Amino acid sequence: MTADLFFQYLFAGITYGIMYAIVAIGFNIIYNTTGIINFAQGEFVMLGGMIAISLLHVMPLPLAITGAVVLTMLVGALIEILFIRWLDNPSVLRMIIITIGLSILIREAALHIWGESIRSLPYFNGNEITTVTLGPVRVSPQVFWVIGVCGVIVLLLSLFFRMTPLGREMRACAANRRAAVLCGINARNMVTFSFMLSAGIGALAGCVMSPITYTQYDSGTPLAIKGFTVAILGGLGNSMGAVAAGILLGIIEAYSISFVPLAFQDAISITILLVILFVRPHGLFGSGETARLKEF
Amino acid sequence: MKKQLNNIFLAVAALCLLAAPAVQAGTIKVGAIFAVTGPASFLGGPEARTARMVVDEINKKGGINGDKIELIVKDSGGSPEKAISFAKQLIEEDKVLAIIGPSTSGESMKIKKIAEQGRTPLISCGAAEVIVNPVARYVFKTPQKDSFAVRKIYGEMQKMGIRKIAVVAGNTGFGKAGKGQLIKIAPEYGIEIVAAETYDKKATDLSALVAKLMANKDIQAVVNWSIVPAQAIIAKNMRQAGWKVPLFQSHGFGNIKYVQAAGAAAEGIIFPAGRLLVAESLPDTDPQKKLLLKYKKDYESHYHEAASTFGGHAYDAMTILAAAIEKGGNDRDKVRDAIENLKNFPGTGGVFSFSPEDHNGLDISSFVMLTVKNGKFALYQGK
Amino acid sequence: MQFTRSRAILCLILLVIAVQVLTRVTGTQFYLTQLTMAAYYALVVIGLTVLMGYAGQISLGHAGFFAIGGYLSAALTTHNLVPYAHSPLVHFLGRIGVLVQGRDIYGEQLLTVTPWAACVLAVVAAAVIALLLGIPVLKLKGHYLAMATLGFGIIIYRIALATDYFGEADGISDVPGFTLLPGIGPVGPLVVNGDFGNRVQNYYIAWGLLIVGMVLLLNLIDSRVGRALRSIHGSEEAAEAAGVDTARCKLQVFVLSAVYAALAGVLLTHYNGGLGPSEASVMKSVRYVALVAVGGMANLWGALVMGVSLTFLSLRGVFGSYDDAVFGAILILVMLFAPDGILGVRPGTLLARLKR
Repeated sequence: MTADLFFQYLFAGITYGIMYAIVAIGFNIIYNTTGIINFAQGEFVMLGGMIAISLLHVMPLPLAITGAVVLTMLVGALIEILFIRWLDNPSVLRMIIITIGLSILIREAALHIWGESIRSLPYFNGNEITTVTLGPVRVSPQVFWVIGVCGVIVLLLSLFFRMTPLGREMRACAANRRAAVLCGINARNMVTFSFMLSAGIGALAGCVMSPITYTQYDSGTPLAIKGFTVAILGGLGNSMGAVAAGILLGIIEAYSISFVPLAFQDAISITILLVILFVRPHGLFGSGETARLKEF
Repeated sequence: MKKQLNNIFLAVAALCLLAAPAVQAGTIKVGAIFAVTGPASFLGGPEARTARMVVDEINKKGGINGDKIELIVKDSGGSPEKAISFAKQLIEEDKVLAIIGPSTSGESMKIKKIAEQGRTPLISCGAAEVIVNPVARYVFKTPQKDSFAVRKIYGEMQKMGIRKIAVVAGNTGFGKAGKGQLIKIAPEYGIEIVAAETYDKKATDLSALVAKLMANKDIQAVVNWSIVPAQAIIAKNMRQAGWKVPLFQSHGFGNIKYVQAAGAAAEGIIFPAGRLLVAESLPDTDPQKKLLLKYKKDYESHYHEAASTFGGHAYDAMTILAAAIEKGGNDRDKVRDAIENLKNFPGTGGVFSFSPEDHNGLDISSFVMLTVKNGKFALYQGK
Repeated sequence: MQFTRSRAILCLILLVIAVQVLTRVTGTQFYLTQLTMAAYYALVVIGLTVLMGYAGQISLGHAGFFAIGGYLSAALTTHNLVPYAHSPLVHFLGRIGVLVQGRDIYGEQLLTVTPWAACVLAVVAAAVIALLLGIPVLKLKGHYLAMATLGFGIIIYRIALATDYFGEADGISDVPGFTLLPGIGPVGPLVVNGDFGNRVQNYYIAWGLLIVGMVLLLNLIDSRVGRALRSIHGSEEAAEAAGVDTARCKLQVFVLSAVYAALAGVLLTHYNGGLGPSEASVMKSVRYVALVAVGGMANLWGALVMGVSLTFLSLRGVFGSYDDAVFGAILILVMLFAPDGILGVRPGTLLARLKR
């Protein structure tokens, strides 16, 4: 393999990986406060892209993206209030099934609202063939947007959870829900808020990715599966782990095409997931101790 | 336990209430199986809309020989098992005169035998050649044969002096059939396929694939065969990587949405397609021109989206059937014979001339080579 | 208990016969087509019910086992071995009598594996895969178990979609009928295929199999194993402490449900004359879970009734373009308002739950 090719694969891998990581971070936020894996997370990504594209007809791009993020957050809150909030102590099995059902309903609703054709936001800088040359490789500027947005999300999240009272309350809920309630924290509102936060992050991801990947009514599910894989690889609930695992998986996928036919690419990443689940269920970067504390 | 038994009886009783609707006098039933939802919805969606539009128009004009057409559209979601169930249902229960669709080759192959057994004409909108080769008595299809598209592309390559190519295809039935034909026909044109890859229909980025192919300096051109959004992605990734070799696409590229999605990267893509996409620039003597303009105008004013060649396949299926009904009336065998004897019938895909040996009815002249110029389809003039 | 169960089975048998007679009298025999298909799908659903409802282990990959059965059987009985007729393996297979010669509809000579051999091989393959997969997978719980089984389903789907042998996106067509029993004297052969004339026979084959499967499972859950399973669902630790070999129990049920799915896959594929990758898709697995849930999770009769009736309606296209949406809505509504299945709902409890 030549050095040029090596770096091309590397950059392609990082691009895939960061996209998976942003989806995985969305999973982690809800998981941390509720212990629920939200199978509809991929649909938030799709909704963000679709709403922004629709809003773009009537307003400039930055406003459209803001609007899409806000609207998707409202959808997230609505979902939590309608379907999750009033269940007391539901079993994991029940929650898995409910969120799968939600994912199907949102997808089908999107099909009937926006139709089956593909849409996309325009490139934020330049157009489809603009590239930036970085030594031996050429990269679309949109890739830097994706990486930048991911970096900002991770940074702001860690600041938010550490510095703000709201963030601290959410962490308290994650650590010990009952103790948090006893301290006067409204745990239910924290759950609603975590749904809004992860919907917003998903929507933002959907917007920056849209020029590269396009948006279609059913583009959420494959992303959710990849994001889920990455969340588990990085250790459920661990956002930095998700970024590292995402980049790792992306790079493995990119390099895998020089050894096996592209058609088997997805089968390979899922096989890696299965092996990790069997050998290290707490993920590559999670610790076994904390994993045991969580209820599964 | 008793309660459960009651439930069983209730459930069955409810099912039995769904008896077949009574047949009205003066209507001819036509069944349609399209993948309106699911992974092949970008085919089935426009096809179902087109079929409904054509039938509405026929009925508005007073039907065929005074008989109204009743179109029963079934959404298979692209699943063969549903297509099988629906085909049996349409043939036996609804007693339709004929079936148009299904949208994909896989589904068409599954119900080929059912149509034969049920002695019901089937006009498929699936692309693969195996649907009509070998010929089954009652099975026809409207999309042009893949092999013609391949020959058109290879012919152009010969003119350009291209000998070594890479083939990439989507993992749909369309991609599979096209890839097969590309590999089969290549030796006839002295072309060597040095790399062949299949990507997922939901692929979101193909830059790694492009990097892999680009590293092979022998490759003089790339042929992409798919109907999924990835055909816009590959164009983008190739241009972003700065790879200048010509990109050929299949007739699956015949949807302006993909050109818009690929934007500046679509410029210069060469692909074969029916004349629908360049109807305006055809000479007035062209037998298809009037009809193409009419379909385009009708579809676009009806549904507020650009007409594509996919919808055109359903248009052809329905108009061919209507022409056959005019001759054969409400009789499956007479209609079948009428379709087989249809000659010089202009459709969106080309001018159809069926025969007992050819149930596709199109020849290679149904394709023209197109390119993308300033974000629009244009006739390709060669280099 | 024993008495009412056999009475219930007897009623079911009478009902199956009554439906067939009724369709004959009213001339609506076309209903049998979808009833036959629905019976095979219900076989998957009741198998999954024991795994999910009684042993409490979710599986989002059961379409994978269905596909293993269907695809292997279809590929073996359809792919022509004539070009390999001189290889030692084919020679050996011919010697032990699992190959059959014939001609396809275009007159080409065919040499394929007999359906019986293919069926046994496919079901055994599914059982072995379930065993190998089940040992590590069933150690996982909750989301991890869901994800691992989902991952298994996706791998099978990908393999079906990427392998030329399994027809890639087109799947496999022209699968021959499956002669269960050859004709003896005046009695014709018993064949699983989709011919219009063979409909009544196939209806009884499918329902006969479903009823046998049902009886086996009903006996299972009333046996020692069944009690052990319920104790696992309640509390795995408690079951373990009481001396139940939980790992072994779960594995047995997992393999059993995989065998049910694979067998349904084999027979439905021969009945339909083909299958495509959609049979292995995630959405199919989710559908099976939905049918188990709507039947009431730990309720075999509920699973049977809902499995048959909802699949029947879906296959008739009653839900139109809202097919997937209907199943999604069912999942949510059932899990929100009636976790014990809609057959167990009483208006009073529903109201009470809403008030809370």
